[in-house]
Amino acid sequence: MSMIAIDQVSKWYGTFQVLTDCTTHVNKGEVVVVCGPSGSGKSTLIRCVNALEAIQQGTIVVNGMALTDPKTNLSRLRSHVGMVFQNFELFPHMSVTDNLTIGQIKVLGRPPDEAVARGLKMLERVGLKAQAGKYPGALSGGQQQRVAIARALAMDPICMLFDEPTSALDPEMVNEVLDVMVELATEGMTMMCVTHEMGFARKVADRVIFMDQGRIIEDAAKEDFFGTPRSERAQLFLSKILKH
Amino acid sequence: MYEFDFSSIPGALPILGAGLLVTLKLTGVAIVVGIVWGTLLALARLSGNRLLGTMAAGYVNLFRAVPLVMVILWFYLIVPTLLKDWAGLGQGTDIRMASALVAFALFESAYYAEIIRAGVRSVPQGQVNAARALGMTYTQTMRLVVLPQALRNMLPLLLTQAIILFQDTSLVYVIGLADFFGAAYKVGDRDGRLVELLLFAGAVYFVLCFGASLLVRRLQKRIAV
Ligand SMILES: Nc1ncnc2c1ncn2[C@@H]1O[C@H](COP(=O)(O)OP(=O)(O)O)[C@@H](O)[C@H]1O
Ligand SMILES: [Mg+2]
Repeated sequence: MSMIAIDQVSKWYGTFQVLTDCTTHVNKGEVVVVCGPSGSGKSTLIRCVNALEAIQQGTIVVNGMALTDPKTNLSRLRSHVGMVFQNFELFPHMSVTDNLTIGQIKVLGRPPDEAVARGLKMLERVGLKAQAGKYPGALSGGQQQRVAIARALAMDPICMLFDEPTSALDPEMVNEVLDVMVELATEGMTMMCVTHEMGFARKVADRVIFMDQGRIIEDAAKEDFFGTPRSERAQLFLSKILKH
Repeated sequence: MYEFDFSSIPGALPILGAGLLVTLKLTGVAIVVGIVWGTLLALARLSGNRLLGTMAAGYVNLFRAVPLVMVILWFYLIVPTLLKDWAGLGQGTDIRMASALVAFALFESAYYAEIIRAGVRSVPQGQVNAARALGMTYTQTMRLVVLPQALRNMLPLLLTQAIILFQDTSLVYVIGLADFFGAAYKVGDRDGRLVELLLFAGAVYFVLCFGASLLVRRLQKRIAV
């Protein structure tokens, strides 16, 4: 069964069509990497999956719930879909612990002591237990992103969405974040990751999606994608980013 | 040469103190109501709802385009009738104070609304997305994530507005309410020492406002870190 089913999705910003007829399914436990040139609609697509953006055509069904169905409680759905952003987006006015517990307490209604225990467990998992009392501003970029991942995990997500989680990081901090993501992937988390880290894709992705100008140009098993991408544009794109 | 004589001030301190209390009460109520009502107005304008937004914008623009003195006078003329019609009050209550409180609160709300609106817009959209992605409702997102950060960004402006308000309360002299300025004027008039009393009142306003603005500046530096 598909955890995330995106079918014939189109989206416009005013008259500008940002997504055109996108279709792809992510099965439970699958790791799908989304890549493509800047401005191709990757962020938009992934934000549509938890309804941070509305779609005008097509359907998106997450864990059996249709986002376009007016009966679907979108806040409730989002609370089960973890999301990690390019710029971390930790809440700067809260300590790390409060960042980890606020959603659990206010959205899931967990008792505070339970939420703290769960939050600290996730913090330990990303190797940052000692930073619990600090504020996000006192952490490095890599540490902030790991806290952001822990914050999402503390909500017991059924799947995780990543939008270029390492592209705002200094090079020496990229791996500490990728390591956490690799571990998640090998544990069977369903993941949809926008990233240009092809090493990560090679290691854990099941499939790679290539987007250009709002369309899904290529949706292939990892071996096929890195073997011989069918489209010229994907070949060109790959040759460009693999040179580095 | 004019001979200064400040000897009537010590005896007048109780009257002046009572006046200062009126000034502080007006300032305090206008700040609290202004921030609460101003926040609602700001959220209405930011909501994206056409009707709410237009109504809030109309309110803000109206009050910001009319002199405060006139607003004070309007409410002095309107509030008594309203109180009689609605609550059957009017005999025992202090009409001057009640109407001034209403006038300042509603007038200041318009200014606070604009400060708060700018403050909310200073919080990056990514913070809203992160809160929504955790499953927070619109209200939770505002209350827990956006407003606390907005408040921090706009605190210096809010305090500066409060200082201006503190001075503007002296305008209640037009309805004969004895605030600090009004009390000083009355005492000076009574004792024939208007110049001394107004100098003294001016000095008090200066010390309080300048002290407060120094505090704001220090606060600004601390927040900036
Ligand atoms: N809020 C918006 N309003 C209008 N256009 C937007 C908005 N957000 C993104 N776009 C446009 O949509 C296109 C796709 O953006 P995005 O999904 O961020 O691309 P990517 O993540 O692949 O770089 C870009 O051309 C961008 O300028
Ligand atoms: Mg993007």
